[in-house]
Amino acid sequence: MKQFFVFVKKEFRHIWRDKRTMFILLGMPVVQIVIFGFALTNEVKNAKIAILDPSHDVASQELITELNASRNFDVEANLHSYKEIESSFRAGKIKLAVIFPAGFAEDLQHFNKAQIQLIADASDPNVANTLTNYASAIIMDYQNRVTYDRKLPYTITTEMRMLYNPQLKGAFNFVPGVMAMVLLLVCTMMTAITIVKEKETGTMEIMLVSPMKPIMVVLAKAVPYLVLSVINIGSILLLSVFALEMPINGSIVLLVFESILFTLVSLSLGLLISSGADSQQSAMFISLIALFLPTIMLSGFMFPVENMPLPLRTISNIVPAKWYYSIVKSVMIKGLGLGAIWKETLILSGMMVFFLTLAIKKFKIRLA
Amino acid sequence: MRTLKFLLQKEFRQIFRDPSIIRIIFIMPVIQLMILPWAADYEIKNINLAVVDQDHSEYSRQLVNKITASGYFRLTGYGSSYPESLEQVERDKADLVLEIPPQFEKDLVKEDEAKLFMALNAINGVKASLGSAYMRSIIQDYNRQVRLEWIQFPRFNPELSIDVTSSNWYNPLMNYKYFMVPGILVILLTMVGSNLTAINIVREKEIGTIEQINVTPIRKHIFVLGKLIPFWLLGLLVLTIGLTIARLVYGIIPAGSFLTIYLFAALYLLAVLGLGLLISTYASNQQQSMLISFFIMMVFILLGGLYTSIDSMPEWAKIITHFNPVSYFIEVMRMVVLKGSTLYDIRFHILAMVGFAVVLNGWAVFNYKKRS
Repeated sequence: MKQFFVFVKKEFRHIWRDKRTMFILLGMPVVQIVIFGFALTNEVKNAKIAILDPSHDVASQELITELNASRNFDVEANLHSYKEIESSFRAGKIKLAVIFPAGFAEDLQHFNKAQIQLIADASDPNVANTLTNYASAIIMDYQNRVTYDRKLPYTITTEMRMLYNPQLKGAFNFVPGVMAMVLLLVCTMMTAITIVKEKETGTMEIMLVSPMKPIMVVLAKAVPYLVLSVINIGSILLLSVFALEMPINGSIVLLVFESILFTLVSLSLGLLISSGADSQQSAMFISLIALFLPTIMLSGFMFPVENMPLPLRTISNIVPAKWYYSIVKSVMIKGLGLGAIWKETLILSGMMVFFLTLAIKKFKIRLA
Repeated sequence: MRTLKFLLQKEFRQIFRDPSIIRIIFIMPVIQLMILPWAADYEIKNINLAVVDQDHSEYSRQLVNKITASGYFRLTGYGSSYPESLEQVERDKADLVLEIPPQFEKDLVKEDEAKLFMALNAINGVKASLGSAYMRSIIQDYNRQVRLEWIQFPRFNPELSIDVTSSNWYNPLMNYKYFMVPGILVILLTMVGSNLTAINIVREKEIGTIEQINVTPIRKHIFVLGKLIPFWLLGLLVLTIGLTIARLVYGIIPAGSFLTIYLFAALYLLAVLGLGLLISTYASNQQQSMLISFFIMMVFILLGGLYTSIDSMPEWAKIITHFNPVSYFIEVMRMVVLKGSTLYDIRFHILAMVGFAVVLNGWAVFNYKKRS
């Protein structure tokens, strides 16, 4: 046991003396939380729109002011002819064009009817869809207000409650995903690379001829990254509570315990990769392609899994991050206990045992 | 010039004799382009709906039918009570609970006003707000239908109406893959370009072969050029593979000219390769340079506007995107492929990219020291 700790100490020195790497390992979660928490939203805000209004009357001006006042739109340009629409779309300036007819207010007054045309830049179909909906809603509101304020008979009112996240913050969705991503990156990629590095530089041979059991040599490499991960979990949780004002509704102990379980899964994956890869380059690319991309794409935090075609949905079940993501959401945000997440916990434990045995079995103790 | 030729020969041999690089160059585009566009779809549909119908009336049934017929919602079941359905939300079986209180029909007809109660899982805020918007418009629609049944509107309708017609340009079928694929091509070039070069020079440092080069009369800029050109060509090759896949698998044919795409891609590659070189002149081992390039690329890609729109970002993040080559290229790719923008339309992007290329490569040459 004493020997084991000597090895662990050696690994700590390795990391500690490479200040740049350490800085990135500890700084990465902070930067990610800031980016995801503050900069990335799926919401469409301040979309630039162009107006073509040949009528220039009270009604159209009122409506334009209203569009501009909404936080979804910024009126960027006033166009003068139909031709300009095409060119401003192509220069990439605007996302939506609102076109009034000549004599908009007159039409409304005399015929009780008027037309507005919306043209959306559908190169991003989802944004186009959302913007068209927002603009239509603003126009409808305007129409209802102008028509009458009196109460209509036979009215259905809908009362709504947003559960768990009444302010609809994007962070609630992203933070659990960022936790999975950071833990996976630090543990899997870094352990895989450090072990392969020892192989590449030849120092692995020196350690394998020591009286330590080979498996202990490798496990000693994983310990420092486990410690780093616990620090990262701490800093992510602190940031999300104090900077992003997220609650931790469930038990912190359970959350930390589950995170350590996920860390162990990632570490055993790292060990597995290291036993298969023979150069740092390939270790990195295996971690990137086989782990990182699936984690981002298939764990459900960036893109909804239920919309994907069946093969991808099936594959998503073997992505450990998917289960961890669901655990964090349940414990941290919904405030549920172990009773609700025993299935996910069991799956992660199973994965850990499986990857670890496989890694140990594949680990070559003989020198090449 | 002759030294450059020999250097290039050496680099190409090194690349083609390393099977892992070849694998990366050919497998990455295929995997990324075959899988990512299918996974990356934000469209909100299939919202799981649990209904608590305590009224069991004709009207409540009509309403539920109307909701399920809309195509946005998938009825997962009827709950007997609100708490029971809430548990479905906790277990992620349902996203939305609609409670129809007892006497809904009676209240609506007799009291002129009836209430519905809706609770949504809002952890994913966008899904919740869109789900509630869909729901509301369906309910309003239903409301109008009911009103028409009971009230005879006068023949001449006094209600004002503004007709909104909308059209979708550049992608009338609203195919999300048309939007994602050009962006993913950018990520591909970025990963190949920056990662490979970042590792390349450091690898020579680590193995010690850089010393051998340092003692030759090779000039600094020639050495950097020798590293740059092979990967620049490889990048263009990857782009070609990517465009071919986009055409064969997704049927995407750029609306603009290939010349514009390749010209900009060539400039872009110079900039990213420069970044990779710069990183590798600073890093002292492969692990470090991988981490640094990974870190920078992650920030660039996330803030590049591939997944989320740049317009929606806060001011400080928008300022960062001005210094982010990835966001320029993503924008240009989408403009040229989908809208057919011309060189004139993207003139400022080109200018910015030339700037990036000059600064990053100049810095890299400056920072590469032949003394250790």
